[in-house]
Amino acid sequence: MALELYMDLLSAPCRAVYIFSKKHDISFNFQFVDLLKGHHHSKEYIDINPLRKLPSLKDGKFVLTESVSILSYLCRKYSAPLHWYPPDLHTRARVEEFMAWQHTAFQLPMKRIVWLKLLIPKITGEEVSAEKIDHAVAEVKNSLKLFEEYFLQDKMFITGDQISLADLVAVVEIMQPMAANYNAFLNSSKLAEWRKRVELSIGSGLFMEAHSRLMQLADWDFSTLDPVVKENISELLKKSK
Amino acid sequence: MGLELYLDLLSQPCRAIYIFAKKNGIPFELRTVDLIKGQHLSDAFSQVNPLKKVPALKDGDFTLSESVAILLYLTHKYKVPDHWYPQDLQARARVDEYLAWQHTTLRRSCLRALWHKVMFPVFLGEPVSPQTLAATLAELDVNVQLLEDKFLQNKAFLAGPHISLADLVAITELMHPVGAGCQVFEGRPKLAAWRNRVEAAVGEDLFREAHEIILKAKDFPPADPTTKQKLMSRVLAMIQ
Repeated sequence: MALELYMDLLSAPCRAVYIFSKKHDISFNFQFVDLLKGHHHSKEYIDINPLRKLPSLKDGKFVLTESVSILSYLCRKYSAPLHWYPPDLHTRARVEEFMAWQHTAFQLPMKRIVWLKLLIPKITGEEVSAEKIDHAVAEVKNSLKLFEEYFLQDKMFITGDQISLADLVAVVEIMQPMAANYNAFLNSSKLAEWRKRVELSIGSGLFMEAHSRLMQLADWDFSTLDPVVKENISELLKKSK
Repeated sequence: MGLELYLDLLSQPCRAIYIFAKKNGIPFELRTVDLIKGQHLSDAFSQVNPLKKVPALKDGDFTLSESVAILLYLTHKYKVPDHWYPQDLQARARVDEYLAWQHTTLRRSCLRALWHKVMFPVFLGEPVSPQTLAATLAELDVNVQLLEDKFLQNKAFLAGPHISLADLVAITELMHPVGAGCQVFEGRPKLAAWRNRVEAAVGEDLFREAHEIILKAKDFPPADPTTKQKLMSRVLAMIQ
Protein backbone atom coordinates (compact mmCIF):
# COMPACT_ATOMS: atom_id res chain seq x y z
CA MET A 1 0.00 0.00 0.00
CA ALA A 2 1.44 3.35 -1.04
CA LEU A 3 2.09 6.26 1.25
CA GLU A 4 -0.85 8.70 1.37
CA LEU A 5 -0.23 12.40 1.85
CA TYR A 6 -3.30 14.51 2.55
CA MET A 7 -2.52 18.05 1.44
CA ASP A 8 -3.61 21.31 -0.10
CA LEU A 9 -0.67 23.30 -1.44
CA LEU A 10 -2.30 26.51 -0.24
CA SER A 11 -0.88 25.51 3.13
CA ALA A 12 2.81 26.17 3.77
CA PRO A 13 3.40 23.02 5.85
CA CYS A 14 1.86 20.99 3.01
CA ARG A 15 4.25 22.55 0.52
CA ALA A 16 7.23 21.59 2.68
CA VAL A 17 6.08 17.96 2.79
CA TYR A 18 5.24 17.95 -0.93
CA ILE A 19 8.57 19.43 -2.00
CA PHE A 20 10.54 17.09 0.25
CA SER A 21 8.70 14.02 -1.01
CA LYS A 22 9.02 14.97 -4.69
CA LYS A 23 12.65 15.95 -4.30
CA HIS A 24 13.50 12.53 -2.87
CA ASP A 25 11.33 10.58 -5.32
CA ILE A 26 9.24 9.24 -2.49
CA SER A 27 6.31 7.42 -4.01
CA PHE A 28 3.00 8.71 -2.63
CA ASN A 29 -0.65 9.27 -3.45
CA PHE A 30 -1.48 12.97 -3.34
CA GLN A 31 -4.81 13.04 -1.53
CA PHE A 32 -6.05 16.52 -2.33
CA VAL A 33 -8.07 17.93 0.59
CA ASP A 34 -9.44 21.16 -0.88
CA LEU A 35 -9.45 23.80 1.86
CA LEU A 36 -11.51 26.19 -0.25
CA LYS A 37 -14.20 23.55 -0.72
CA GLY A 38 -14.16 22.67 2.99
CA HIS A 39 -12.99 19.11 2.38
CA HIS A 40 -11.03 19.19 5.66
CA HIS A 41 -14.43 19.17 7.38
CA SER A 42 -15.64 16.10 5.48
CA LYS A 43 -16.38 12.91 7.36
CA GLU A 44 -13.73 11.09 5.29
CA TYR A 45 -11.03 13.50 6.33
CA ILE A 46 -12.13 13.80 9.95
CA ASP A 47 -11.66 10.02 10.17
CA ILE A 48 -8.04 10.54 9.13
CA ASN A 49 -7.40 13.64 11.26
CA PRO A 50 -10.06 14.73 13.78
CA LEU A 51 -8.18 18.03 14.16
CA ARG A 52 -9.17 18.78 10.53
CA LYS A 53 -5.74 20.16 9.73
CA LEU A 54 -3.27 19.57 6.94
CA PRO A 55 -0.96 17.89 6.15
CA SER A 56 -1.60 14.33 7.30
CA LEU A 57 0.32 11.20 6.40
CA LYS A 58 -1.04 7.68 6.22
CA ASP A 59 1.46 4.83 5.95
CA GLY A 60 -0.55 1.61 6.01
CA LYS A 61 -2.46 1.89 9.28
CA PHE A 62 -0.13 4.52 10.73
CA VAL A 63 -1.52 8.05 10.63
CA LEU A 64 0.68 11.04 11.44
CA THR A 65 -0.06 14.77 11.64
CA GLU A 66 2.14 17.86 12.10
CA SER A 67 4.45 18.68 9.19
CA VAL A 68 7.61 18.87 11.32
CA SER A 69 6.97 15.35 12.54
CA ILE A 70 6.08 14.13 9.03
CA LEU A 71 9.29 15.60 7.58
CA SER A 72 11.42 13.85 10.24
CA TYR A 73 9.55 10.60 9.63
CA LEU A 74 10.12 10.78 5.87
CA CYS A 75 13.80 11.69 6.38
CA ARG A 76 14.36 8.66 8.56
CA LYS A 77 12.20 6.17 6.71
CA TYR A 78 13.53 7.00 3.27
CA SER A 79 17.13 7.66 4.35
CA ALA A 80 17.33 11.16 2.92
CA PRO A 81 20.84 12.59 2.46
CA LEU A 82 22.16 13.53 5.87
CA HIS A 83 22.41 17.27 5.29
CA TRP A 84 18.60 17.52 5.47
CA TYR A 85 18.66 16.52 9.15
CA PRO A 86 22.35 16.35 10.13
CA PRO A 87 23.46 13.80 12.71
CA ASP A 88 26.07 16.11 14.24
CA LEU A 89 24.88 17.15 17.70
CA HIS A 90 25.26 20.90 17.32
CA THR A 91 24.10 21.17 13.70
CA ARG A 92 21.05 19.05 14.37
CA ALA A 93 20.20 21.22 17.35
CA ARG A 94 20.15 24.29 15.10
CA VAL A 95 17.58 22.59 12.84
CA GLU A 96 15.44 21.60 15.82
CA GLU A 97 15.74 25.07 17.29
CA PHE A 98 14.41 26.69 14.12
CA MET A 99 11.65 24.08 13.67
CA ALA A 100 10.43 24.80 17.22
CA TRP A 101 10.72 28.60 16.96
CA GLN A 102 8.92 28.91 13.64
CA HIS A 103 5.52 27.65 14.87
CA THR A 104 4.76 30.86 16.72
CA ALA A 105 7.31 33.29 15.33
CA PHE A 106 6.89 32.57 11.60
CA GLN A 107 3.78 30.61 10.74
CA LEU A 108 1.31 32.74 12.68
CA PRO A 109 2.46 36.19 11.50
CA MET A 110 2.84 35.03 7.86
CA LYS A 111 -0.65 33.51 7.87
CA ARG A 112 -2.10 36.63 9.45
CA ILE A 113 -0.97 38.80 6.52
CA VAL A 114 -2.88 36.59 4.08
CA TRP A 115 -5.99 36.75 6.28
CA LEU A 116 -5.92 40.48 6.84
CA LYS A 117 -4.91 41.59 3.35
CA LEU A 118 -6.73 39.05 1.20
CA LEU A 119 -9.06 36.50 2.77
CA ILE A 120 -11.09 38.67 5.13
CA PRO A 121 -11.83 41.36 2.53
CA LYS A 122 -12.65 38.75 -0.13
CA ILE A 123 -14.85 36.65 2.14
CA THR A 124 -16.67 39.30 4.17
CA GLY A 125 -16.49 42.18 1.72
CA GLU A 126 -15.06 44.35 4.51
CA GLU A 127 -11.60 45.87 4.42
CA VAL A 128 -9.39 45.45 7.48
CA SER A 129 -8.16 48.64 9.18
CA ALA A 130 -4.77 49.97 8.08
CA GLU A 131 -3.75 49.93 11.75
CA LYS A 132 -4.31 46.17 12.06
CA ILE A 133 -2.46 45.53 8.81
CA ASP A 134 0.46 47.73 9.83
CA HIS A 135 0.72 45.86 13.11
CA ALA A 136 0.75 42.51 11.29
CA VAL A 137 3.37 43.71 8.82
CA ALA A 138 5.54 45.00 11.68
CA GLU A 139 5.34 41.57 13.27
CA VAL A 140 6.43 39.86 10.06
CA LYS A 141 9.33 42.30 9.67
CA ASN A 142 10.41 41.64 13.23
CA SER A 143 10.32 37.88 12.72
CA LEU A 144 12.33 38.19 9.50
CA LYS A 145 14.88 40.36 11.28
CA LEU A 146 15.31 37.71 13.98
CA PHE A 147 15.52 35.03 11.30
CA GLU A 148 18.33 36.83 9.52
CA GLU A 149 20.26 37.86 12.61
CA TYR A 150 19.92 34.74 14.70
CA PHE A 151 19.23 31.80 12.38
CA LEU A 152 20.73 32.64 9.00
CA GLN A 153 23.48 35.09 9.99
CA ASP A 154 26.19 35.12 7.31
CA LYS A 155 25.82 31.50 6.30
CA MET A 156 24.62 30.13 2.98
CA PHE A 157 21.91 28.11 4.69
CA ILE A 158 20.67 27.88 8.28
CA THR A 159 23.06 25.05 9.21
CA GLY A 160 25.97 26.22 7.05
CA ASP A 161 26.87 25.16 3.54
CA GLN A 162 23.99 22.87 2.73
CA ILE A 163 20.22 23.04 2.71
CA SER A 164 18.34 21.34 5.56
CA LEU A 165 14.73 20.84 6.64
CA ALA A 166 14.97 24.20 8.41
CA ASP A 167 15.52 26.13 5.16
CA LEU A 168 12.68 24.24 3.47
CA VAL A 169 10.23 25.03 6.26
CA ALA A 170 11.41 28.64 6.39
CA VAL A 171 11.09 29.31 2.68
CA VAL A 172 7.56 27.95 2.31
CA GLU A 173 6.43 30.01 5.30
CA ILE A 174 7.97 33.23 3.97
CA MET A 175 6.28 32.56 0.60
CA GLN A 176 2.83 32.46 2.23
CA PRO A 177 2.15 36.23 2.21
CA MET A 178 2.81 36.25 -1.57
CA ALA A 179 -0.82 35.19 -1.91
CA ALA A 180 -1.75 38.63 -0.61
CA ASN A 181 0.82 40.28 -2.84
CA TYR A 182 3.24 40.87 0.03
CA ASN A 183 6.75 39.94 -0.99
CA ALA A 184 8.64 39.51 2.27
CA PHE A 185 11.90 38.88 0.37
CA LEU A 186 12.03 42.53 -0.64
CA ASN A 187 13.00 43.31 2.96
CA SER A 188 16.62 42.43 2.43
CA SER A 189 19.01 41.28 -0.25
CA LYS A 190 20.43 38.69 2.14
CA LEU A 191 16.99 37.12 2.42
CA ALA A 192 16.43 37.27 -1.34
CA GLU A 193 19.78 35.64 -2.04
CA TRP A 194 19.11 32.90 0.51
CA ARG A 195 15.76 32.26 -1.15
CA LYS A 196 17.44 31.87 -4.53
CA ARG A 197 19.89 29.37 -3.10
CA VAL A 198 17.10 27.38 -1.47
CA GLU A 199 15.04 27.45 -4.66
CA LEU A 200 18.04 26.20 -6.70
CA SER A 201 18.76 23.44 -4.19
CA ILE A 202 15.17 22.28 -4.39
CA GLY A 203 14.92 22.80 -8.15
CA SER A 204 13.14 25.83 -9.59
CA GLY A 205 10.59 23.73 -11.46
CA LEU A 206 9.49 21.90 -8.32
CA PHE A 207 9.50 25.12 -6.29
CA MET A 208 7.27 26.93 -8.81
CA GLU A 209 4.96 23.94 -9.16
CA ALA A 210 4.52 23.72 -5.40
CA HIS A 211 3.64 27.41 -5.15
CA SER A 212 1.40 27.85 -8.18
CA ARG A 213 -1.92 27.32 -6.35
CA LEU A 214 -0.88 29.84 -3.68
CA MET A 215 0.10 32.43 -6.27
CA GLN A 216 -3.30 32.12 -7.95
CA LEU A 217 -5.35 32.44 -4.77
CA ALA A 218 -6.13 36.14 -5.23
CA ASP A 219 -7.75 35.35 -8.60
CA TRP A 220 -10.01 32.65 -7.22
CA ASP A 221 -13.75 33.26 -7.32
CA PHE A 222 -14.55 33.64 -3.64
CA SER A 223 -18.25 33.67 -4.30
CA THR A 224 -17.92 29.90 -4.75
CA LEU A 225 -16.39 29.46 -1.29
CA ASP A 226 -17.97 26.53 0.52
CA PRO A 227 -20.75 27.92 2.78
CA VAL A 228 -19.63 25.85 5.80
CA VAL A 229 -16.11 27.22 5.45
CA LYS A 230 -17.48 30.75 5.08
CA GLU A 231 -19.64 30.28 8.18
CA ASN A 232 -16.72 28.92 10.25
CA ILE A 233 -14.55 31.84 9.21
CA SER A 234 -17.24 34.41 10.02
CA GLU A 235 -17.70 32.82 13.46
CA LEU A 236 -13.96 32.94 14.11
CA LEU A 237 -13.80 36.59 13.09
CA LYS A 238 -16.72 37.51 15.35
CA LYS A 239 -15.00 35.80 18.28
CA SER A 240 -11.73 37.59 17.67
CA LYS A 241 -13.26 41.07 17.50
CA MET B 1 33.00 25.22 32.19
CA GLY B 2 30.40 22.46 31.92
CA LEU B 3 26.80 22.51 30.84
CA GLU B 4 24.85 25.57 31.98
CA LEU B 5 21.06 25.74 31.94
CA TYR B 6 19.51 29.19 32.14
CA LEU B 7 16.09 28.66 33.70
CA ASP B 8 13.29 30.19 35.70
CA LEU B 9 10.99 27.53 37.11
CA LEU B 10 8.13 29.99 36.75
CA SER B 11 8.26 29.07 33.03
CA GLN B 12 6.68 25.83 31.83
CA PRO B 13 9.39 24.83 29.33
CA CYS B 14 12.07 25.48 31.95
CA ARG B 15 10.37 23.02 34.30
CA ALA B 16 10.41 20.29 31.65
CA ILE B 17 14.15 20.77 31.12
CA TYR B 18 14.90 20.93 34.84
CA ILE B 19 13.03 17.71 35.54
CA PHE B 20 14.58 15.94 32.52
CA ALA B 21 18.14 16.90 33.43
CA LYS B 22 17.73 16.02 37.11
CA LYS B 23 15.90 12.76 36.44
CA ASN B 24 18.61 11.60 34.06
CA GLY B 25 21.47 12.65 36.32
CA ILE B 26 22.79 15.13 33.76
CA PRO B 27 25.35 17.34 35.49
CA PHE B 28 24.64 21.04 34.99
CA GLU B 29 25.06 24.46 36.55
CA LEU B 30 21.68 26.06 37.17
CA ARG B 31 21.75 29.71 36.14
CA THR B 32 18.55 31.27 37.42
CA VAL B 33 17.13 34.03 35.24
CA ASP B 34 14.49 35.81 37.29
CA LEU B 35 11.69 36.64 34.84
CA ILE B 36 9.58 38.79 37.10
CA LYS B 37 12.61 40.94 37.80
CA GLY B 38 13.17 41.22 34.05
CA GLN B 39 16.59 39.55 34.15
CA HIS B 40 15.92 37.95 30.75
CA LEU B 41 16.09 41.44 29.28
CA SER B 42 19.61 42.13 30.58
CA ASP B 43 22.60 42.61 28.29
CA ALA B 44 24.40 39.80 30.11
CA PHE B 45 21.67 37.31 29.31
CA SER B 46 21.40 38.39 25.67
CA GLN B 47 25.00 37.17 25.28
CA VAL B 48 23.62 33.72 26.04
CA ASN B 49 20.35 34.08 24.15
CA PRO B 50 19.88 37.10 21.87
CA LEU B 51 16.19 36.14 21.63
CA LYS B 52 15.98 37.08 25.34
CA LYS B 53 13.96 34.06 26.38
CA VAL B 54 14.29 31.15 28.76
CA PRO B 55 15.13 28.35 28.71
CA ALA B 56 18.60 28.66 27.21
CA LEU B 57 21.54 26.26 27.21
CA LYS B 58 25.27 26.96 27.13
CA ASP B 59 27.63 24.06 26.57
CA GLY B 60 31.14 25.45 26.23
CA ASP B 61 30.85 27.92 23.34
CA PHE B 62 27.63 26.39 22.07
CA THR B 63 24.40 28.16 22.99
CA LEU B 64 20.88 26.96 22.24
CA SER B 65 17.32 28.21 22.75
CA GLU B 66 13.85 26.58 22.41
CA SER B 67 12.94 23.96 24.99
CA VAL B 68 12.14 21.22 22.46
CA ALA B 69 15.56 21.65 20.85
CA ILE B 70 17.23 21.70 24.28
CA LEU B 71 15.44 18.53 25.40
CA LEU B 72 16.48 16.80 22.17
CA TYR B 73 20.08 18.02 22.56
CA LEU B 74 20.27 16.60 26.08
CA THR B 75 18.65 13.37 24.86
CA HIS B 76 21.22 12.89 22.09
CA LYS B 77 24.26 14.01 24.05
CA TYR B 78 23.67 12.11 27.28
CA LYS B 79 22.29 8.84 25.88
CA VAL B 80 19.25 8.71 28.12
CA PRO B 81 16.95 5.64 28.27
CA ASP B 82 15.27 4.98 24.93
CA HIS B 83 11.70 5.54 26.14
CA TRP B 84 12.24 9.30 26.41
CA TYR B 85 12.71 9.59 22.62
CA PRO B 86 12.38 6.11 21.11
CA GLN B 87 14.56 4.90 18.24
CA ASP B 88 11.55 3.13 16.75
CA LEU B 89 10.35 5.09 13.70
CA GLN B 90 6.65 5.31 14.54
CA ALA B 91 7.06 5.69 18.30
CA ARG B 92 9.46 8.59 17.75
CA ALA B 93 7.06 10.16 15.26
CA ARG B 94 4.34 10.15 17.94
CA VAL B 95 6.60 12.09 20.31
CA ASP B 96 7.57 14.53 17.53
CA GLU B 97 3.91 14.97 16.65
CA TYR B 98 2.99 16.02 20.17
CA LEU B 99 6.03 18.28 20.57
CA ALA B 100 5.07 20.07 17.32
CA TRP B 101 1.32 20.33 18.06
CA GLN B 102 1.61 21.80 21.52
CA HIS B 103 3.35 25.10 20.63
CA THR B 104 0.30 26.94 19.33
CA THR B 105 -2.37 24.99 21.22
CA LEU B 106 -1.98 23.69 24.78
CA ARG B 107 1.15 25.76 25.46
CA ARG B 108 -0.58 28.94 24.40
CA SER B 109 -3.78 28.19 26.34
CA CYS B 110 -1.91 27.34 29.54
CA LEU B 111 0.15 30.52 29.30
CA ARG B 112 -2.90 32.70 28.67
CA ALA B 113 -4.82 31.03 31.52
CA LEU B 114 -2.09 31.88 34.02
CA TRP B 115 -1.69 35.44 32.80
CA HIS B 116 -5.38 36.25 32.43
CA LYS B 117 -6.41 34.63 35.69
CA VAL B 118 -3.52 35.59 37.96
CA MET B 119 -0.51 37.38 36.57
CA PHE B 120 -2.25 40.37 34.96
CA PRO B 121 -4.54 41.20 37.89
CA VAL B 122 -2.24 40.21 40.79
CA PHE B 123 1.28 40.83 39.52
CA LEU B 124 0.79 43.57 36.95
CA GLY B 125 -2.27 45.16 38.52
CA GLU B 126 -4.08 45.11 35.17
CA PRO B 127 -7.73 44.03 35.25
CA VAL B 128 -8.88 41.37 32.81
CA SER B 129 -12.48 41.43 31.62
CA PRO B 130 -14.65 38.45 32.59
CA GLN B 131 -15.29 37.84 28.86
CA THR B 132 -11.57 37.62 28.09
CA LEU B 133 -10.97 35.27 31.00
CA ALA B 134 -13.96 33.12 30.06
CA ALA B 135 -12.78 32.85 26.45
CA THR B 136 -9.27 31.90 27.55
CA LEU B 137 -10.54 29.24 29.94
CA ALA B 138 -12.90 27.87 27.29
CA GLU B 139 -9.99 27.55 24.86
CA LEU B 140 -7.92 25.84 27.54
CA ASP B 141 -10.75 23.40 28.04
CA VAL B 142 -10.82 22.57 24.33
CA ASN B 143 -7.08 21.94 24.22
CA VAL B 144 -7.03 19.84 27.40
CA GLN B 145 -9.82 17.73 25.90
CA LEU B 146 -7.78 17.33 22.68
CA LEU B 147 -4.81 16.22 24.77
CA GLU B 148 -6.97 13.52 26.27
CA ASP B 149 -8.94 12.48 23.17
CA LYS B 150 -6.33 12.69 20.44
CA PHE B 151 -3.02 12.15 22.18
CA LEU B 152 -3.58 10.15 25.36
CA GLN B 153 -6.60 8.07 24.28
CA ASN B 154 -6.40 4.77 26.15
CA LYS B 155 -2.65 4.59 26.44
CA ALA B 156 -0.65 4.79 29.65
CA PHE B 157 1.39 7.73 28.32
CA LEU B 158 1.02 10.11 25.38
CA ALA B 159 3.27 8.27 22.93
CA GLY B 160 2.80 4.70 24.18
CA PRO B 161 3.35 2.49 27.20
CA HIS B 162 6.25 4.48 28.66
CA ILE B 163 6.89 8.08 29.64
CA SER B 164 8.52 10.22 26.95
CA LEU B 165 9.49 13.85 26.32
CA ALA B 166 5.88 14.43 25.24
CA ASP B 167 4.49 13.65 28.70
CA LEU B 168 7.06 15.83 30.40
CA VAL B 169 6.29 18.80 28.18
CA ALA B 170 2.52 18.28 28.58
CA ILE B 171 2.48 17.92 32.35
CA THR B 172 4.65 20.97 32.97
CA GLU B 173 2.31 22.98 30.73
CA LEU B 174 -0.79 21.83 32.62
CA MET B 175 0.73 22.87 35.94
CA HIS B 176 0.55 26.47 34.73
CA PRO B 177 -3.25 26.72 34.95
CA VAL B 178 -3.14 24.51 38.06
CA GLY B 179 -0.90 27.16 39.60
CA ALA B 180 -3.51 29.72 38.60
CA GLY B 181 -6.19 27.76 40.43
CA CYS B 182 -7.81 26.06 37.42
CA GLN B 183 -9.01 22.51 38.11
CA VAL B 184 -7.91 21.01 34.80
CA PHE B 185 -7.96 17.44 36.09
CA GLU B 186 -11.41 17.67 37.67
CA GLY B 187 -14.01 15.60 35.84
CA ARG B 188 -11.20 14.00 33.80
CA PRO B 189 -10.35 10.74 35.58
CA LYS B 190 -8.34 9.43 32.61
CA LEU B 191 -6.14 12.52 32.53
CA ALA B 192 -5.84 12.56 36.32
CA ALA B 193 -4.65 8.94 36.25
CA TRP B 194 -2.11 9.87 33.56
CA ARG B 195 -0.90 12.78 35.70
CA ASN B 196 -0.32 10.41 38.63
CA ARG B 197 1.61 8.02 36.40
CA VAL B 198 3.80 10.83 35.06
CA GLU B 199 4.46 12.16 38.55
CA ALA B 200 5.38 8.66 39.77
CA ALA B 201 7.66 8.08 36.77
CA VAL B 202 9.43 11.40 37.32
CA GLY B 203 9.56 11.02 41.09
CA GLU B 204 7.26 12.91 43.43
CA ASP B 205 10.02 14.87 45.17
CA LEU B 206 11.53 16.12 41.92
CA PHE B 207 8.07 16.94 40.58
CA ARG B 208 7.19 18.91 43.69
CA GLU B 209 10.53 20.74 43.68
CA ALA B 210 10.12 21.78 40.04
CA HIS B 211 6.64 23.12 40.67
CA GLU B 212 7.13 24.94 43.95
CA ILE B 213 7.29 28.36 42.31
CA ILE B 214 4.33 28.07 39.93
CA LEU B 215 2.11 26.77 42.72
CA LYS B 216 2.78 30.03 44.57
CA ALA B 217 2.05 32.26 41.55
CA LYS B 218 -1.08 33.66 43.23
CA ASP B 219 1.08 35.01 46.05
CA PHE B 220 3.55 36.99 43.96
CA PRO B 221 3.84 40.55 45.25
CA PRO B 222 2.71 43.20 42.74
CA ALA B 223 5.36 44.47 40.36
CA ASP B 224 6.74 47.96 40.91
CA PRO B 225 5.95 50.48 38.13
CA THR B 226 9.45 50.31 36.60
CA THR B 227 9.40 46.53 36.31
CA LYS B 228 5.86 46.60 35.02
CA GLN B 229 6.79 49.02 32.26
CA LYS B 230 9.85 46.95 31.37
CA LEU B 231 7.88 43.72 31.05
CA MET B 232 4.55 44.86 29.64
CA SER B 233 5.10 44.95 25.89
CA ARG B 234 6.90 41.62 25.83
CA VAL B 235 4.20 39.99 27.95
CA LEU B 236 1.53 41.23 25.58
CA ALA B 237 3.48 39.87 22.58
CA MET B 238 4.07 36.57 24.38
CA ILE B 239 0.45 35.78 25.12
CA GLN B 240 -1.25 36.91 21.93
